[in-house]
Amino acid sequence: MNLVRNHVLISIDAGTIMAGARAVEKTLVNEIASQGLTDEISVLETGSVGATGQGVILVVYPEGVYYGNVTPQDIPELVEEHLLKGRPLKRLILSEVPRQHVIKKEKTGLLKEQPRIVLKNSGIINPENIDEYIAANGYEAIAKALTTMTPDEVIEETKKSGLVGRGGAAFTTGIKWDFARKAAGDIKYIVCNADEGEPGTFKDRLILEGDPHKLIEGMLIAGYAVGASKGFVYIRGEYALSIERLEKAIGQARQYGLLGDNILEGPFSFDITVMKGAGAYVCGEETALIESLEGKRGHPRNKPPYPVTEGLWAKPTVVNNVETLANVPDIILHGALWFRGYGTEKCTGTKVFTIIGNVATPGLIEVEMGTTLRDIIYEYAGGIKDGKQFKCALVGGAAGAFLGPDMLDVKMDFVNLKEYAAVLGSGAILVMDEDVDMLDMLKSVLHFFRHESCGHCVPCRLGTAQLVKIIDRVSASKGKKDDIDKLIKIAQVMQATSFCPLGQSLNLPISSSLKYFGDEIRSRVR
Amino acid sequence: MYREQLLKKFNPALDNILYILHELQDNNPEHYLAKEDIRVCADYLEVPYSYVHSVASFYTMFSLKPRGRYIIRLCDSPPCHLMGSQSLLDYLKKALKVNVGETTQDKMFTLELTSCLGVCGVAPAMMINEEMFGNLTPAAVDSILDKRRKEL
Repeated sequence: MNLVRNHVLISIDAGTIMAGARAVEKTLVNEIASQGLTDEISVLETGSVGATGQGVILVVYPEGVYYGNVTPQDIPELVEEHLLKGRPLKRLILSEVPRQHVIKKEKTGLLKEQPRIVLKNSGIINPENIDEYIAANGYEAIAKALTTMTPDEVIEETKKSGLVGRGGAAFTTGIKWDFARKAAGDIKYIVCNADEGEPGTFKDRLILEGDPHKLIEGMLIAGYAVGASKGFVYIRGEYALSIERLEKAIGQARQYGLLGDNILEGPFSFDITVMKGAGAYVCGEETALIESLEGKRGHPRNKPPYPVTEGLWAKPTVVNNVETLANVPDIILHGALWFRGYGTEKCTGTKVFTIIGNVATPGLIEVEMGTTLRDIIYEYAGGIKDGKQFKCALVGGAAGAFLGPDMLDVKMDFVNLKEYAAVLGSGAILVMDEDVDMLDMLKSVLHFFRHESCGHCVPCRLGTAQLVKIIDRVSASKGKKDDIDKLIKIAQVMQATSFCPLGQSLNLPISSSLKYFGDEIRSRVR
Repeated sequence: MYREQLLKKFNPALDNILYILHELQDNNPEHYLAKEDIRVCADYLEVPYSYVHSVASFYTMFSLKPRGRYIIRLCDSPPCHLMGSQSLLDYLKKALKVNVGETTQDKMFTLELTSCLGVCGVAPAMMINEEMFGNLTPAAVDSILDKRRKEL
């Protein structure tokens, strides 16, 4: 590698591409060349740094200066001032940027430092270069597992770490692996659920775009632990860049002998295939996802049997979320005890949250389990936009619960939220300010479910249609007196009788919105 | 005949059906799965026509109706709704003179809704073909549509 004076990292993810990152990159490379700096300054592509809505983002190292909203027109000035004269260009510096790596609690704002495990490399390394991942201790964990641990020891370590599924169901990962390992059969599969469709969630996209090798390594370890030699990543069809980056990463891993036969010249063989979805929220449910992988309509299956005994093509199958698998390499490398140092006693590790809506700086953060909603909103996301008041937050996606001001100090983790009849879900936090019409928000949630109901079972198919009919009527000021009670009743019946979590979970947004804003919503019917 | 060429890229295994349907739709000049597309897929995988039709009709990214050159997919999930996607939808309907699911008379644009695109930090958002757009306003929509009209 050449010795260079500065590295300029340009964040290339769906958000920055939209803001024109490719044009900025091209102008930057040309400008550096025309100033004769090509040998001294290296321009590198990286994943998201975690800030969104800040346009094209550049980071200049070694200074670690973050620039935001950069346009091609800014480039000559930026190159001249910072890269030639060494004076950071103040007018483009981002003041609110996520800091990474170390836990230091004194700072506030998006500047507050985050304990990053899953997103450790995102926005720092080039996701399209396996060497950079390896330089950041990449593939050391699988090497450690293959050379010094038995599969049972890997499972035991994962169990001890307390890692639970990050997709929403929060099942203990090590136990799931153990079930699949002990299930009868020679052929077993690891399936990664990257069908990220929960509204407001984009954490998996940023992991796939920013650090795809971490997912590959997590799947390798899972495969070794379970005794599987084949993995599938099911990515939703809308995530074009994620699919491209992961496929490239898989190709590189094969070249390096990290995927394929006899990995690291041992007896373990494993390979990964990427499957592209075609637009169906219900395929985020693990058995529906398996059906879709098999080339069918994505209808959920009866459980039991669970996928760990009869999954893909009726073989024992582990289905893990992207974020769950991305935690695994560091657990194996640093040990369960290290991992338990993060989070709370009952819910260990970190969680990636996407914080969006009426907040000053929407984005993606990785914080310890148990961080309060107040900290997340006010310390990381800059508080409510335009100095308005907090009204509520929809936590856990569309299938989540509306949480009012009395919940601001509740610790955000899977175990604790359950006690308050709420869910952490996928980690989406949609914040609403005082001006938001709650009936309108609830209407949006119900319309979403009507569209995404797969039609397989009657309570969900008819229930979502009836809910939408009623709320549309109320919203058009044509509601009947008992309409709100009907919403509650239908949702309760759906919770009790629907076939899969899609229909069962609708009761949560309905009951929680009525709990906090019952008067506001009921005032809309005569 | 181009369809048979496309099929050769894939093993004739049922688990490739979504890839095959994506490929057929992407290469159909009218950006949809025509009866002929479904028929060749069914023959190739040796399953009934009705089976392929049932799969194709399940997934929202597949269309069984001809569509325009540009497929506009506006996100109407709660995060985008909160940031004003409803008024944008009204605006798009008026600007294009179509309802959701319809194609403009000049076959330029088809208006569709989509679930969360995962770019909620810049809501409201939409996709046109493979390209994403965020922080949308009526003025921004106008310039995006105009640019595409002029490209022809």
